Amino acid sequence: MQAHQRMLDSTPNGQHSGDSPLLRTIGLTKRYGDFLANDSIDIDIWPREIHALLGENGAGKSTLVKSIYGLIQPSAGEIRWQGQRIVLSGPSEARSRGIGMVFQHFSLFDNLTVAENVALGLDGKESFKDMSARLEQVSKTYGLPLDPKREVWQLSVGERQRIEIVRALMQDPKFLILDEPTAVLTPQEADQLFIVLERLKAEGRAILYISHKLEEVKRLCDTATILRGGRKVETCNPRLETAASLARMMVGGEIKEVKAVSGRKTTVPRLVVNDLSLAPSEAHGVRLEHISFELKGGEILGIAGVAGNGQEELFAALSGERLAKDPGTVVIEGIAAGHLSITQRRKLGAAFVPEERLGHGTAPRMRLSENALLTGHAASGMVHHGFIDTAATLKTVDRATETFDVRKAKRDPEAASLSGGNLQKFIVGREILRNPAVLVVSQPTWGVDAGAAAVIRQALLDLASAGAAVLVTSQDLDELAEIADSIAVMFHGRLSAPLATSEATREKLGLLMGGSSLEPKEAAHAIGA
Amino acid sequence: MELVEAIILAVLAASTPLLIAATGELVTERSGVLNLGVEGMMIVGAACGFAGAWLTGSILVGALLGIVAGTLMSLVFALMALGLAVNQVATGLALTILGIGLSGLIGAGFVGERITPAVHLHIPGLTDIPVIGRVLFGEDGFVYFSVALIVGVWWFLYRTRAGLILRACGDNHVSAHALGYPVLRIRTFAVMFGGACAGLAGAYLPLAYTPFFIPGMTAGRGWIALALVVFSSWRPGRLVVGAYLFGAVTILQLHAQGWGVGIPSQFMSALPYLATVIVLVLLSRARTGGSTAPAALGTVFVPDR
Repeated sequence: MQAHQRMLDSTPNGQHSGDSPLLRTIGLTKRYGDFLANDSIDIDIWPREIHALLGENGAGKSTLVKSIYGLIQPSAGEIRWQGQRIVLSGPSEARSRGIGMVFQHFSLFDNLTVAENVALGLDGKESFKDMSARLEQVSKTYGLPLDPKREVWQLSVGERQRIEIVRALMQDPKFLILDEPTAVLTPQEADQLFIVLERLKAEGRAILYISHKLEEVKRLCDTATILRGGRKVETCNPRLETAASLARMMVGGEIKEVKAVSGRKTTVPRLVVNDLSLAPSEAHGVRLEHISFELKGGEILGIAGVAGNGQEELFAALSGERLAKDPGTVVIEGIAAGHLSITQRRKLGAAFVPEERLGHGTAPRMRLSENALLTGHAASGMVHHGFIDTAATLKTVDRATETFDVRKAKRDPEAASLSGGNLQKFIVGREILRNPAVLVVSQPTWGVDAGAAAVIRQALLDLASAGAAVLVTSQDLDELAEIADSIAVMFHGRLSAPLATSEATREKLGLLMGGSSLEPKEAAHAIGA
Repeated sequence: MELVEAIILAVLAASTPLLIAATGELVTERSGVLNLGVEGMMIVGAACGFAGAWLTGSILVGALLGIVAGTLMSLVFALMALGLAVNQVATGLALTILGIGLSGLIGAGFVGERITPAVHLHIPGLTDIPVIGRVLFGEDGFVYFSVALIVGVWWFLYRTRAGLILRACGDNHVSAHALGYPVLRIRTFAVMFGGACAGLAGAYLPLAYTPFFIPGMTAGRGWIALALVVFSSWRPGRLVVGAYLFGAVTILQLHAQGWGVGIPSQFMSALPYLATVIVLVLLSRARTGGSTAPAALGTVFVPDR
């Protein structure tokens, strides 16, 4: 590792050593047609600073960092690097100047080895052998162990992120951009990441940190810049703010608080899973092992876990996309349904909302009314004698639009034309309007902005209050704490026993998510409090 | 012994166009582009190659013209499939249809003409060694070139940084773009290389295999080359084995008919395709994860600006 210039003076918050920021954008604007993705944004990044970039989906965070990293050319405004105006020709120039980036959706190559992946992120001036040696050194220095010879598809999400970070560090960047790095990590993995980031900061580097997790930002970041609708709203010290005040700035108003009706009554078991085991259907899949749980009417069960631990497989087995050998493994409304098709399960009163909105939850190029028909044809009176009742399908769209505040350009647009949050509101609304007895929903608010997320969570709570059994799979522990009565964790295809939400601390869930079993330890702060 | 030597020579001659065309397509597909127009590029290469050789009397000029013709054909494909992001399968099929028509037009005036085929190497002493002499030291230039080509491609793909970048584009174009690699430019070069190889493979037929041109003389070799790339699971080493195996099958089929073996010749002609299907099944069962095919193969990429 090269020697880093260490700044000896420790500067208090708000004051900076040196007279000019490391990176400054002045009036940075990016226009796509009529749409202003970034509207005249000024931001200063100082060395030795972890700077948070906050905003809802579509606020322009990604556009801004793409401009700074040279991936897109700004329409107007300028970028100053160490006081000098620069125009970046592309990411490789950004990298050569000392700007590194770790992407939210990893820019990795599944069928190449770790070392090859790292080599692709460097300028290629050193031999592959020297690079491999340096890779080993850097990963050791920062405590990010990696096996350079393994192919990426064999690695866990945490390991993949490690590749990205090591790759960025090998360029010895002065400035590192991280786009939602903790979204896919367990709490423990996130803590390890924070240690690395603190260390990078101590070495005099600057970090721009994009995250939705406000508590995390308050804990880690020195400065926060908040974007809304493509504009900068505020730059503040997140430690002096509350999560609620930060959220207010992001949304531009109060977020409706999600309220559960107290004293919800639980009734009969409506969804029962008995010792469900299922071999994976594809090479990368996870084997489900002896999954059992019982879900009563009026109850919400949350399933936590790092992505790729069998949640998708469990969803497929519950929805009927994959059939179980033994009908008794999945019981819906008292009827053995393990062998029944999706349509037959819907007729029993079950409804399903998959994780992927486009392509799984909806057919992207079909209209909303047609998409309403796709899940509602069996049991919602939209089909008479084999003919589609167009009026009924449109009415479903209208009701969903009204009840769940779906914002769209016309009455019945293509699914793909809606923003993520609005489409998700439509999909959840479409199922809830069918008054299901059982709702299985996967990642209900993934990539959805705070306002829409609150609407969806409230709808799930209301559905449970009305007597339905709701199963929510989510990677967002705060979300589960907010709505679930109990939380179970999936790890390597096994489901832990559910913990009452009041007892499910972040630490306990984190241990389960990492595959450890729970040992009696002193309880830390409960997230459901 | 004479017969064995004759068969080996015939197999090598039949395999060489397959090997050259498939090597080009391997590079194209490794960059993530599926160009189904190999047959079309080959047949245009054959017509132009023959025309060049007949007009100038030089096999080398003919071969070069074949290469140029194949490259131009592939540029049509690149313009459509990469520049305009048209569906690659449809574009490739259209390219084949275009090529067959175009070659008929170009070659119409040359049907029935003959040229002196490419000379074979002759090293006194070495070439006269029984059985292996002519096989190793008595081939035409195309055969030696095809072997050098596949070795060169292997070295390029696995030993150079440019090759790594090309493979990266084939695995995940979004990531490659995010890292700052010009995906479309890299793919265009890969497609052009594929076209050049297909053109050369096509030109081989009238320049060395048979010394005259007839319309449709590629006779499905472009499709076999495509199957061969899949058969090889996109690996240069297996591609060599596959090319000679497929070449051998076509020759065996001729001899089997000569010997009066009661296997219908159509069945023998179908063997390469059947073998490809079997290999695909075996591969997908054997591998536990990852993908054997380039993961981005055949998908459209439009970078945002």
